[in-house]
Amino acid sequence: MSQSYNRGLVEDFGRWKEFQAGMWAWIFHKFTGWILVGYLFTHIAVLSTAIQGPESYTTTLQSLESIFVVRILEIGLLSTAVFHILNGTRLLLVDLGIGLGSQDKSFYASLVLTGAIVVASVPTFLAGLGGGV
Amino acid sequence: MAAETSGAPTSFDRGGWGWLFQRITAAFLIVVLAFHFFLLHFYHHAYEVTFAGTNARMSDVGYFATMWLFLVTATFHGVNGIYNAMVNQGITGTQKRAAQGILGLAALLLVVQGTRVALHMNGFL
Repeated sequence: MSQSYNRGLVEDFGRWKEFQAGMWAWIFHKFTGWILVGYLFTHIAVLSTAIQGPESYTTTLQSLESIFVVRILEIGLLSTAVFHILNGTRLLLVDLGIGLGSQDKSFYASLVLTGAIVVASVPTFLAGLGGGV
Repeated sequence: MAAETSGAPTSFDRGGWGWLFQRITAAFLIVVLAFHFFLLHFYHHAYEVTFAGTNARMSDVGYFATMWLFLVTATFHGVNGIYNAMVNQGITGTQKRAAQGILGLAALLLVVQGTRVALHMNGFL
């Protein structure tokens, strides 16, 4: 029979010094989830310019893409999404009982892989700024 | 040892439909979100997106269906995730019902607006 225990109030972030890898994974997953759902509403709002007409849509998207800060925010969004995808895969596997014994290592692997993918993607996300390549 | 589980509020109801759908949508979103990023940032580039290009992609029935399912599953996964976080935070009773109502309405509005946008993109509206 499985064992259960009282984990205490996990939202008590004053306990952060006690947190281990699994707890940080849980916090990062929740934090990136909040950002992604916030972006989902923003994304649909921006794409809604399609309702006003083709010109409004194209002009809005291309104007946004010409702003440097928007490109930086997109790189932030990429890192958020990549971590959420990788850690989400890790969570699904743990739910299936796969890799439970090395869940801390797979969290660190998610972080490292996220960093590598984001760094490799920076040139693509900055391409075309200011009319350049 | 079951008595030791009391104390912390939790949304962790292993037998619930919410638990199951959160994971089914997660599996779908892992693939489609990665595809969406890859297609519109690496294959095409976001700064080159035009209405004509969007219209061409959305005119493909398979792509349109995938994007609409993306909208619905992402909305459910995100809004249900917020609800789970609020339950974890300890809301009960009226607060819980208010959260269900407000988040449910927000999700419905997002799907309706997203569907309107999608139908304008493929030229149906």
